Amino acid sequence: MEEKTNVTAEKKKVTIPRGDPAVEMIGITKTFGSIVANSSVSLSIYHGEILSLLGENGSGKTTLMNMLSGIYFPDAGTIKVNGKAVSIRSPKDAYDLHIGMIHQHFKLVGLLTAAENIMLGLKGKFVLDLKSVRKAVRDICEKYGFDIDPDKKVYDMSVSEKQTLEIVKVLYRGADILILDEPTAVLTPQETQRLFGIIRNMKADGKSIVIITHKLHEVMAVSDRVAVLRKGVYIGDLATKDTNPQQLTDMMVGRAVSLNIERPEPENIRECLKVENLSVVDSEGVTKLQDVSFTAYGGEILGVAGVSGSGQKELLEAVAGLQPAKPGSSIVFTDMDGKTSSLIGKTPMEIKKLGVHLAFVPEDRLGMGLVGDLDIADNMLIRTYTEGNSVFVDMKRPRKLAQEIVKEFEVVTPGITTPVRKLSGGNVQKVLVGREISGNPSLMMSAYAVRGLDINTSYTIYRLMNEQKKRGAAVIYVGEDLDVLLELCDRILVLCAGRISGIVDGRKTTKEEVGLMMTHLPSEEAQA
Amino acid sequence: MIHISKRVDFTLFKGKAAWMNRFIGWGIRLLAVALSLVVCGVLIYALTKLNPVKVYAVMANGVFGTTRRVWAWLRDLALLLCISVGLAPAFKMRFWNIGAEGQVLVGGIATAACMIYMGGMNIPTPLLLLIMAATSIVAGAIWGIIPALFKARWNTNETLFTLMMNYIAIQLTSYFIPKWEHPKGSNTVGLINAGTQAGWFPSFMSKEALAKLDPNAWYTGLLKNTVGQPYLLNVLIVIAIVLFMFFYLKKSKHGYEIAVVGQSENTARYAAMNVKKVIVRTMTLSGAICGLGGFLAVAGADHTISAATAGGRGFVAIIVAWLAKFNTFVMILISAVLVFLEKGAIAIASEFSLSNDVSHIIKGIILFFILGSEFFINYQIKFTGKSGRRADK
Repeated sequence: MEEKTNVTAEKKKVTIPRGDPAVEMIGITKTFGSIVANSSVSLSIYHGEILSLLGENGSGKTTLMNMLSGIYFPDAGTIKVNGKAVSIRSPKDAYDLHIGMIHQHFKLVGLLTAAENIMLGLKGKFVLDLKSVRKAVRDICEKYGFDIDPDKKVYDMSVSEKQTLEIVKVLYRGADILILDEPTAVLTPQETQRLFGIIRNMKADGKSIVIITHKLHEVMAVSDRVAVLRKGVYIGDLATKDTNPQQLTDMMVGRAVSLNIERPEPENIRECLKVENLSVVDSEGVTKLQDVSFTAYGGEILGVAGVSGSGQKELLEAVAGLQPAKPGSSIVFTDMDGKTSSLIGKTPMEIKKLGVHLAFVPEDRLGMGLVGDLDIADNMLIRTYTEGNSVFVDMKRPRKLAQEIVKEFEVVTPGITTPVRKLSGGNVQKVLVGREISGNPSLMMSAYAVRGLDINTSYTIYRLMNEQKKRGAAVIYVGEDLDVLLELCDRILVLCAGRISGIVDGRKTTKEEVGLMMTHLPSEEAQA
Repeated sequence: MIHISKRVDFTLFKGKAAWMNRFIGWGIRLLAVALSLVVCGVLIYALTKLNPVKVYAVMANGVFGTTRRVWAWLRDLALLLCISVGLAPAFKMRFWNIGAEGQVLVGGIATAACMIYMGGMNIPTPLLLLIMAATSIVAGAIWGIIPALFKARWNTNETLFTLMMNYIAIQLTSYFIPKWEHPKGSNTVGLINAGTQAGWFPSFMSKEALAKLDPNAWYTGLLKNTVGQPYLLNVLIVIAIVLFMFFYLKKSKHGYEIAVVGQSENTARYAAMNVKKVIVRTMTLSGAICGLGGFLAVAGADHTISAATAGGRGFVAIIVAWLAKFNTFVMILISAVLVFLEKGAIAIASEFSLSNDVSHIIKGIILFFILGSEFFINYQIKFTGKSGRRADK
């Protein structure tokens, strides 16, 4: 199936003449051990364009751009900047060539102010000249429409502010070619719109901007041209105005895929999990959740939306017994036979002994859900190793389960004795989800279940969630892609800074409404 | 330009079965030992003008020349192995137990105390040995449990904690030496129960029983060299521990918990494990086996106690455990090589009346090569061609 590339898409490949390219990458190859991240990729970036670099996770987009920004060095190939062959061996070399990259994970020092972060690592006089930095920062902000306080400490900043600071930092260092790695992954819809405005301003100023992304509607919204990578191979480029999401998806995946997510009507609804006044304070005394009350029903998918770090993790962990809740909180679980039990103050072991079947796919797959160095079969044991009275573990059943999961979910692995850390992200998630649903849970909780997965695996996960819903399990789905939440979930609970700003009907709400709720609590709105 | 990257497969066996790659890995290790012997040979010749081959012959003869020497080698091998196996569960749990030295020492003190205070009570030897073993185990376990409790309760740094426990153990030994001094004024404990040999490891067949055997029978020599030797018990005890630890780590539920806790405490909590309990239990076991090492050292070998009873083995055992990647059977091989080097180097030094430091130099060179070979097994180095030009500015 993979070989059957969408030929029509490839034939439409066009190169838009735009004068001389600012950057040419020719025949770039990069391997990590036996993994080929980029195979003979050739890509040009022109002056004054917004280029989307599109591809699924693991298709080599970031690796390719990292070679442009001096993080990696190519194994083979040539990079030309303004027609001259160059060798970029460090981020400093890249800055000297006016290339700057804004990474997905910000490289900022929390204790320093914005201005201090900007001049960090730059050569200068012995005495810090913060005054001129401040002025330069203000000039840049004015020019492109940023809003940033040079004296604000980074730890006081929101994610969006930090990202703005990263962009200003790169501009201050004189970059003409800006590479943004998945810039919208952490932003609300409103913040995304603001960012796109800034990107357009920069383009108007003659800068070239490369946006690494896998979100199609963003490609369509902001870019002039789109280049597609698949499994480390360059597939082609298209003018954005000449293409559409379906064609781009086909190029990205290599064959035609349907982009619709199924959402069956909920049936036989029953109360499964009743959470009342749940408050969680972390070990440093920071309130992570405050007075959260909601009910999850068997037979429906309850989505949880929110800016990352709004208490999603704590919410799921509190239910799983991994996070102590403050006194006064109540979590009551009702199983499929109608038996109720309180989960508050219970350890995971006690919850297990109550006979509560809950499945939990945590955000940190290899750091919490699985053990990277153990093989697939050993990882099956995590939930069941205590069973039986023997001192020794029973390896027969986990081996059988591992084989079943590998077969049923088409896990790509040399065998069940392969350590899971050697599997790709999607296969790791299949192993984890496969194990969790194998226990026939009454409650299925998942956090960012499709993060980093390719389209195919993502749709497999949606299907599995729907299967659990049809089985009568209550599904709590914490997600970050609002489009998916709106298509998949029956109801969406929106968290804002550890509090519930509302629960909306997934069939009736809009992205804008949810986006607004993510950043504003209802009471604030009333005050405003 | 030079590229260093993690090795996936050896080019020779690309994508082939894992055992083939493991095989070539061991080939590289052997090659490293051979190379180190060549380097040592050159060095020996340069410094002393001695024939290196002769020197190595002396080395081999010094370790395997007589039955007595072979048994001395086995005895030291058993002790080092015992401590290494004791470290295995702690290290597998990523609990850096640097305190084996102290755990061995307190085990030794407990053994010596039993020998001194109970030696005159006419307790039957097997019972006395059992009591001694039990007290040494308890002593070692206490030394292991203290840092574990602090780690579990307050998340203290176990590396520093176990290391400092070593010094407490050494001071404790220094406290007991004058109390148990014999003969007076020597500032040493001397051979404990030298006359009665109470609490010493016995041979399974006494000299008298062996003398009664037909001297011409085929089995006489065999028996004399095995059950007639006093160190057989050391070896048997350690074989039992090796087997136990192998199955404990690989097959038991406890072993599974240790593996998960070592990899990620979050996963362990997620899997409904009691992380604190696992830490304390595992360190109790680790300390207990190291304490038993003290029992082997005092009752089975030295028959005395001093601050040097552990003799740095608590640290050498760390190397053994790591090189063996916590596989107790591989530990046998590695301790055998290390003890051979130790004893062989001493033989060279005394035969050619060289300073004792020469033996340390040889040991150091060989260890350097063995540890260095791990780099070439785990990483590959690629020399890339002309692409090394700097950015044009």
